[in-house]
Amino acid sequence: MTEVEDKTVAEETQTSGGPKWGRMAVWGGLLILLTLLALGLRRTQQGPVGPGQKAPAFVLTTFDGQEIDSADLAGKVIVLNFWASWCKPCEQEAADLETAWQYYQARGDVLFLGVDYVDTEPEAMAYLNKFNISYPNGADLGTRISQAFRIRGVPETYIIDQDGVLSHTQIGPFTSLSQITAVIDPLLGQ
Amino acid sequence: MMRYSRLTMVNLLSIMRLVFLMAVFFALLVPGAALAQDTDPDAPTDDEVNAIAREMYCPVCENVPLDVCGTQACAQWRALIREKLNEGWSEAEIKAYFVDQYGARVLAEPPRQGLNWLVYVVPPIAFLAGAYILYRGLQSWRQIEPVAVADEPPQQGEDILPDDYVARLEEELRRSQQ
Amino acid sequence: MIANFGYGALIITFLVSLYGVGAAYYGMRQNKPAWVDSARNGMLLTFPLLSLSALSIVVLLVTDHYEVEYVASVTSRSMPMYLKITALWGGQAGSLVFWSWLMSAFASAVTLRKWDRDREFLPWVIVVSLTTLAFFLALNIFVENPFTRLWQFPSGQVVEKMFQPAGSSLFYPRDGQGLNPLLRHPGMIIHPPMLYLGFVSFVIPYAFAVAALVTGRTDDRWIRLTRRWTLWAWMFLSLGLVLGGRWAYDVLGWGGYWGWDPVEIAAFMPWLTGTAFLHSVMIQEKRGMLKQWNMVLVILTYSLVIFGTFLTRSGVLSSVHAFAQSAVGPLFFGFIGLTFVTSLSLLLHRWNDLKAKAEMTSMLSREALFLLNNLLFIGILVVCFWGVIFPLISELFTGQKVTVGPPFYERANGPLMAGLLLLMAIAPLSAWGHSTIKTLGRAVWKPAVVAIVAVLAVIAAGIVNPYALIGIFLTALVIAVTLYEYWRGALARGKRHGESFFVALWELVKRNRRRYGGYIIHLSMAMLAIGIIGIEIFQSETQGTLSQGESLTLGEYTMSYQSLAVFDAPDGRNVARAVVSVNKNGKPVGELYPRRDFFYDSQQPMTIPGVRSTIEDDFYVLLVDWEEISTNSATFKVYHNPLVKWMWMGSWVFIFGTLIAAWPEADTDPVPARNRKRASVPAKA
Repeated sequence: MTEVEDKTVAEETQTSGGPKWGRMAVWGGLLILLTLLALGLRRTQQGPVGPGQKAPAFVLTTFDGQEIDSADLAGKVIVLNFWASWCKPCEQEAADLETAWQYYQARGDVLFLGVDYVDTEPEAMAYLNKFNISYPNGADLGTRISQAFRIRGVPETYIIDQDGVLSHTQIGPFTSLSQITAVIDPLLGQ
Repeated sequence: MMRYSRLTMVNLLSIMRLVFLMAVFFALLVPGAALAQDTDPDAPTDDEVNAIAREMYCPVCENVPLDVCGTQACAQWRALIREKLNEGWSEAEIKAYFVDQYGARVLAEPPRQGLNWLVYVVPPIAFLAGAYILYRGLQSWRQIEPVAVADEPPQQGEDILPDDYVARLEEELRRSQQ
Repeated sequence: MIANFGYGALIITFLVSLYGVGAAYYGMRQNKPAWVDSARNGMLLTFPLLSLSALSIVVLLVTDHYEVEYVASVTSRSMPMYLKITALWGGQAGSLVFWSWLMSAFASAVTLRKWDRDREFLPWVIVVSLTTLAFFLALNIFVENPFTRLWQFPSGQVVEKMFQPAGSSLFYPRDGQGLNPLLRHPGMIIHPPMLYLGFVSFVIPYAFAVAALVTGRTDDRWIRLTRRWTLWAWMFLSLGLVLGGRWAYDVLGWGGYWGWDPVEIAAFMPWLTGTAFLHSVMIQEKRGMLKQWNMVLVILTYSLVIFGTFLTRSGVLSSVHAFAQSAVGPLFFGFIGLTFVTSLSLLLHRWNDLKAKAEMTSMLSREALFLLNNLLFIGILVVCFWGVIFPLISELFTGQKVTVGPPFYERANGPLMAGLLLLMAIAPLSAWGHSTIKTLGRAVWKPAVVAIVAVLAVIAAGIVNPYALIGIFLTALVIAVTLYEYWRGALARGKRHGESFFVALWELVKRNRRRYGGYIIHLSMAMLAIGIIGIEIFQSETQGTLSQGESLTLGEYTMSYQSLAVFDAPDGRNVARAVVSVNKNGKPVGELYPRRDFFYDSQQPMTIPGVRSTIEDDFYVLLVDWEEISTNSATFKVYHNPLVKWMWMGSWVFIFGTLIAAWPEADTDPVPARNRKRASVPAKA
């Protein structure tokens, strides 16, 4: 609308009939504004990426300094869990997630990853120790991963299948171990 | 000022979701957390921490400056600032660290680089363009009536005023001053 | 059943609105006045109908009908009666009904005026008002229905539906979730209604503008019909903004009143164009110029109202809070598109008809200064608009969010606002059509001396901040000039008519209420500026953890921590309330009770400051933290906010000034009629 205003002033100062370029500019400005709003609206209406969609690519730098690139993980089932140390509901599921990880770890074709959202490292480490979490965890640097998945809060968990397609999204905490295995097992053909 | 309007949308949530998200976004600051500072005289004061925090925004409480946000996440951020200050970091270094960790949105203004330059450049340009247009307009309007009214005695200038009241008032004023 | 009744009333109003749109259009096309009258009656009817619907919600709210989903989501048993009533606008669905209700009040009011001289406007005013109303009602009926109830199936599953699904029965939750704590404040009784009034009432000037454009009767008639509506709308909007600031200051607990939050800015933008319009409309009345520009401003103001409502209600702006995903968004987008495109088409269609011969004899004439004023207002608008929209652009193009916060707005708008203050000081002294440096200089030197003395006094008091000095100079100049205008006006009149000073002053104001009411508004803006300078430039703060009996010093103030009590309040709060005693320059000045409320039902904390407010400064104490159980120590954050009270005092002056300017006049003065003739001549030429 910035443009719209200026151009309308411009037109007013014209002594002959409304100039064509002025009209074009005003309509163009309006069109740009509406397009922007439409795109923004679509973005908010979309919500988090949903099952059936291709999972966004991401690179997670773990607290140990290891880099995990989603491109290298094809063929594995990925359980991507967003959490934070200040998040009370996250604590409900922390132990279950670790138990599930212990259960699947030996198979080698399931990988649990924890993404620490808007958190500080000392508290995050304390949280990981408290729940003895052993799967790779890393900070969400620049909140890039959370933005790519358009998460709305923590905890949220995304289950990605062997082909890199989202098969399940869990908004809010898992309430039991069986709930976790129930969404992973079908992907493993069990 | 209308901050509540967005927050009222909370009311739209179904019961389950409300409880869950509320717990996430408004996790209560645990009383006592910030009291556990050491009493080292060289330790950064609350004011030093707040001076930096007031120009930062944490994604968990959008649009509320970090120094007054009451969530646990923000309390942790302030603790982190304190820790970095204690290690002798400068304000700029601390901010750079936060940008690395959490993205440019933590800053109160976009960093001056890339596309962000538009933020700073567009308003002045638009304003100057508007000023120029207005100037041109005033010029062209003057040309329509090129008679230099300004040189005439004030009475005549006043006479062309459509507003009788103003003219009268102005005239009264002139007389009163004579 | 009350819910069904209220829903029925909504639907009937919706149908009546649609009928009104159709009947008005048909009557106008076929030249059958009876149809237009019928549409007019329909528009009159919308207000009582919607009153019934709104009343139904209020009854449901105060009688704890928690089987109604909306009631359950915004009230709880422990809430006091007044909050249950205000919960009408505490959530999306209810506030939309409230919004429509207010709009119908204006729509009905406008039907009651005398239309004899403006019959041709009537059908179009009806079409615009009722289309808008029908849209908002449609949002309620199809998307955000406040009467939806909770139904439970034998399986235990609970669904939200308006009507009973087969095999289910009504589900009665034991209690509701309660109102958002931020809204549990007496200020919420008045702040949203004012803001909404300001928003919805701009539909009337817009409707007249569209009517003028469609009918081609683009002389000054529509301007004079709408200017008083605009003034009222503007007053409500201004009050809504000020009250919002007050509420933020009292409740949000961050020591400020305005945070340049996108949602705040959304309400501020129409105010900017509305204010610009109130000034530039005078140029059209006096000089017959700027018809196009005034049309643009009215349309822009209304568009910004709709745009702001869209931003706040669709969740486009802040996606973390956008979990309130609402289907309102796309519908609203459609409505915005319709409004913008229709307005722009009409405007461009009539662009040449709106052309008026412009003459500008002096760069210092009042009309030139008013144009500068418009430039500054639009400049602020561009800054605000750009700041709000840019994060959206950034996110779309780079995928990264950015924050555009207070430093940006303050830096960009500060000089523009200072320019407005300067204009506010100079423009009242300049004459229409003609002013020179000499005439202006003669008028301004006395007030300028006063302002300079004020600045010197401030410097003598030890204040050397250049921004503050500039601000104080400008503010003092505005006050001096405005008072000087009253003084010399009354004096001149007194001399002429042999009246005493006060009689002359009274007569002066009575005879030109818009002008002198406007000057009172200028005074109130100067008071607002004093408050803003005080808090923006001279605010200081400190924070400290105190043991009981210890104290914290900030400037002349010392506060000491006496005690802290933690207890449960009957309305579902856990309250931690500290007692601190405050000394100023060593003298005790009383106790403050900053507290932290924790609402169990919403799991949300609220920080309520303890404030000692005087004309000179506010001492503002926040309870940040405390040691549990023992309460031996607690952390406080204290602010010293000089002069902030002037803002709230200024708003009373503001109301007074607007009432003087906007109060309906008994006699229709002949001056505007002459103006119209003059003004319309160049238009036809």
